[in-house]
Amino acid sequence: MRILIIEDDQVLAAGLKVGLGLAGMTVDLVGSRAQAGEALATTAFDAVVLDLMLPDGSGLDVLRAMRQRGDRTPVLLLTALDEVADRVKGLDLGADDYCGKPFDLDELAARVRAIGRRGAGRAAPCLTAAGIALAPATLSATMDGQPLALSRREFAVLALLMEHPGAIRSKSEIEDRLYGWGEEVESNAVEVHVHHLRAKVGREKIETVRGLGYRMRVAP
Amino acid sequence: MISLRRRLFVILVAATGVIWLCGILWIFVGAKAELEHVLDTRLQEAARMVDSLVARSGPAFAAAASDAATPEHYERQLSCQIWSLDGRLLARSGSAPDVSLTDEAAGFSDRRIQGEYWRVYTIDNPAKGVRVMIGDRLGLRDQLAADLVKGLSIPAILMLPLLGGLIWLSLGRGLRPLLDMAVELKARDVDDMRPLRTRHAPVELLPLAKALNSLFAKVETARRHERDLTAFAAHELRTPLAGLKTHAQIALATDDAEVRQGALRHILLAVDRSTRLVRQLLTLAKLESGLAAGQAERVCLGDVLEEIAASAQPAGQAAMVRIDPALRDFAIAANRETLAIALRNLHENALQHTPAGGVVAWRIMPDGRGLLVEDEGGGMAPGEIPLATQRFFRGQGQTPTGCGLGLAIVEAVLRQLGGRLVLENREGGQGLRAMIVLPPATAPCP
Repeated sequence: MRILIIEDDQVLAAGLKVGLGLAGMTVDLVGSRAQAGEALATTAFDAVVLDLMLPDGSGLDVLRAMRQRGDRTPVLLLTALDEVADRVKGLDLGADDYCGKPFDLDELAARVRAIGRRGAGRAAPCLTAAGIALAPATLSATMDGQPLALSRREFAVLALLMEHPGAIRSKSEIEDRLYGWGEEVESNAVEVHVHHLRAKVGREKIETVRGLGYRMRVAP
Repeated sequence: MISLRRRLFVILVAATGVIWLCGILWIFVGAKAELEHVLDTRLQEAARMVDSLVARSGPAFAAAASDAATPEHYERQLSCQIWSLDGRLLARSGSAPDVSLTDEAAGFSDRRIQGEYWRVYTIDNPAKGVRVMIGDRLGLRDQLAADLVKGLSIPAILMLPLLGGLIWLSLGRGLRPLLDMAVELKARDVDDMRPLRTRHAPVELLPLAKALNSLFAKVETARRHERDLTAFAAHELRTPLAGLKTHAQIALATDDAEVRQGALRHILLAVDRSTRLVRQLLTLAKLESGLAAGQAERVCLGDVLEEIAASAQPAGQAAMVRIDPALRDFAIAANRETLAIALRNLHENALQHTPAGGVVAWRIMPDGRGLLVEDEGGGMAPGEIPLATQRFFRGQGQTPTGCGLGLAIVEAVLRQLGGRLVLENREGGQGLRAMIVLPPATAPCP
């Protein structure tokens, strides 16, 4: 999952980047309303974690603007307020969930996974296709009942392909999912990951569609 | 409890009663005078009539005839005596007393006979040698006037309750807008600070409604301020805690030594920031409760600033601090520690916003009213300057270690000293100038 975190506190933001990264997410950070607007306009995220109090305005304004332009990206609010009214207001403006500060990192990761899942139109916690089962919560995978050892990036590529089995994912789409801004991307990185994956799950399961990208071959 | 309606009712009914009473009194006096006049005329006429009868038919017949002239209701009102001019009673009517009705000569006279007051008219007739006296009991006259007043008063007294009822109802209708306003206010929620509608309010209630509305507005502003403050405080206190917890969980969860080191470093940073925040909060609380006032003494600003600059300049801090030598001769009467808190906050702010190689300069204000510090940072957005001294306000140019309390503290200190803080962007958009304007009384005592 690729996540955008909009939080002005640098210590907390750094913690979220590392913490959610450990949970298998690709995280980008911005610290203000203005930067959030730019980030959301240029990149597709699977979920947004939004602090309510930003130096140049309220997080609710970011949320309102997103929903007004039809952006359906799931949003989780981080709030320091206990007031029910504030949470209700956030949810009614189009947020999908909220977490009060200070929060538990595991809970936050679970909530982000949940809103991401719902945003992708799934309810089941696991991804299954072609005999492979992925559990994003534990970053574990099995094939035909046997444990499958995958690196974080391999897991992410496989998860993207398995979200809509049979749909073609372009190389740049896969790169976007794997790397946040400012991360060094080798030109053949995606090919390398796919190559390693094929070695683990079997050549025939990941099909190359020439000039377009890759797709999961669904067994007839 | 005073009821406006009851009060007005009593006043109106009393006023109406007094006016009615005056009216009746006036009618009584006026009617009585008129009555006197009419009855006197009658007396006179009766006397002339009897006199002419005496002339024609003799005294006895005349006295009997005057009896017959008396009306039924006020029986035997007039009494008649006919005397000879030498003092013998020739004749008298049935109601007349035996003694002479008057000793006076011709004309009107008053007299008391056997406990009764009489009004008498006398005619002398020298041709016949008789004197005719016609008398009228004054008691009867008074009774006439009293009857007239009674006739007027009884309807008035009977109408008074009716009038009272009407006044009571009218007051109820008239005071309706006041009641409506009270009902509207009573039905309100605690949080409902909407202004009262004044469009249809009567002119008399308008000042009250307006006063209430301005009170509502003030309370609402104060509450919003309080709410904002709570929200800011919650954010500022809980965000570092969230950061601490997140990094602690990362350090526990990871096997990667580098990630754990990073997390621990962030924990230290967050603790430092929280420590500073707590210190600033306590300082502010102390200043606002007046506990930090302390003893005023003669403080040399140059010395204080040099101390601050020496202790605040951590290793690697690249900005240069320049303190005007003239400040060494600039002393004011203030509490040294409290003043140092304000100066240190301004100094740290200036240092944090000045990039490496920049200059932070402390100087006496050109007009000598106080001192100022200039930095070479980015300045402030003009819209943020009036907000900068609010607690927990952090502008766009915030620094990672700022907690939004520094300028609030400076302002609290200066308020104690009777001075004020003025912020402005430096000419040419290069940095911020913070001016400490001191009250004339404390200004330089070299």
